[in-house]
Amino acid sequence: MKAKHVRFLKVPVFGLSLVPLAILVVEILGLWGLSLGTNPVEALIHFTGTWGLNFLLITLAVTPLRRLTGQAWLVRFRRMFGLFAFFYLALHFLSYAGIDQRFALGFILEDIAERPYITLGFAAFLMLSALALTSTRDMVRRLGPRWKKLHRLVYPAAILGVWHYYWLVKADLLEPLLYAAGLALLLGMRAWWRWRQRRAAPSSSPA
Amino acid sequence: MTSKKRIRSWEITSESNYLNRRDFLRGSGIALGGALAATALPRVAEARPPELETVAWPGSTDEAPNSWEDITTYNNFYEFGTAKEDPYRNAQDFVTRPWTVRVSGECDRPGDYDYEDIVNPHTLEDRVYRHRCVEAWSMVVPWVGFPLGDLLKRFEPNSNAKYVAFKTLYDPARMPGQRRPVLRWPYREGLTIEEAMHPLTILSVGVYGREMPNQKGAPIRLVVPWKYGFKGIKSIVEIEFTRRRPRTSWNLSAPREYGFYSNVNPEVDHPRWSQARERRIGAGLFAPKQPTLMFNGYGEEVAHLYAGLDLRKNY
Repeated sequence: MKAKHVRFLKVPVFGLSLVPLAILVVEILGLWGLSLGTNPVEALIHFTGTWGLNFLLITLAVTPLRRLTGQAWLVRFRRMFGLFAFFYLALHFLSYAGIDQRFALGFILEDIAERPYITLGFAAFLMLSALALTSTRDMVRRLGPRWKKLHRLVYPAAILGVWHYYWLVKADLLEPLLYAAGLALLLGMRAWWRWRQRRAAPSSSPA
Repeated sequence: MTSKKRIRSWEITSESNYLNRRDFLRGSGIALGGALAATALPRVAEARPPELETVAWPGSTDEAPNSWEDITTYNNFYEFGTAKEDPYRNAQDFVTRPWTVRVSGECDRPGDYDYEDIVNPHTLEDRVYRHRCVEAWSMVVPWVGFPLGDLLKRFEPNSNAKYVAFKTLYDPARMPGQRRPVLRWPYREGLTIEEAMHPLTILSVGVYGREMPNQKGAPIRLVVPWKYGFKGIKSIVEIEFTRRRPRTSWNLSAPREYGFYSNVNPEVDHPRWSQARERRIGAGLFAPKQPTLMFNGYGEEVAHLYAGLDLRKNY
């Protein structure tokens, strides 16, 4: 696909990625009879968290998909998906810190220190914040080879994110386990390809 | 005294709830196809249950009860699914008559008792209680019920009866949530005999002066207002007087998180969340949490039951 086609396709993809936000706004405003339901604070936090995880998995699916289909242009959507993951997770964190805890720093710090699932979620959020801040073209150039190393943080961040979900559920683990399976598949494919690559070229030692 | 003409305590504050109800019904009538809107409740054919004959009860809280919609669409009743709105969606066709409760164990009058045998001898009271879920949210619920102790005395428990154990119906054909092993079915709960005999402990057969909606534990459930909500076992089919402390479902599932007593206690945190504050359902998106009260505010009546007990260890 040509560069100008990719640029053209980015518009509808960007628009689609905003659909969850649009639904959220409609529900908050209570338009057309939609609402956040009986416990709106919980609904807001769960909705933004779910979509953050969804976009994180979509982002991680880009590279395997490119490899399987041979469509190199797919990679040009990766940053946008990654930034949407960060966007929804930033809303997730702000919903928790601002609306649920009303920025009561004492309670927030206590949660981060004492509730393991919040500790994990916050750690993942910090990692993704670093990635979002260094996502500009300028930062890619300035950091050079270190950029690639830094952005491997997306793997532990995704693992911690799914773990965070797993630890917050009381008894019905089905949904967090589905996310874990999806993530395991996406990371497993990478590990498998890496292992095959190494076996194929055992003598290619780094310079 | 019949209920037909008497003004019930919640009716004084119910106008806004009534108006909200109109909004809710109008809203939920609009169909929405997208699975994206996870929080939009589809309209379920729901007829309000019939009214019951009740009398006032002087001990009710004067806090405003939650709306009928809050109370009947936001439920933890895993027998009908684990999402909060699942019981509302999945329990509408649950048939609760005939209903038999098996009474057994350390008592002189064991046997199988029909719903009518259990309930009819008792005067039904409108009891507005605070309800605190272990998940740190709370409501105010206008229950209809009668003291559990009054019923238990009819079975003539003997001196070996130290505990009372309860079981929920196990019937995966009628309770679709039981087709997955989320908890060890059937759901089971228990109280010490002193807790069971306490005048605040009730068997509830309704809310808002009407028969119990299916999704709320029909036809008969336990309500222990100073304990976390999961102690209030629903759709009860077995009552057993025991010598030894019975195992309970959430304790079996995660013993470190859910103790036998499970008294509301702002000083003892759940390992995964703080119990110091609670979110009152119905207060809106921007309302602050409120402090949780020891024994859910019923300490004056029940604290003596736990005199000398270390409530940190016996959570």
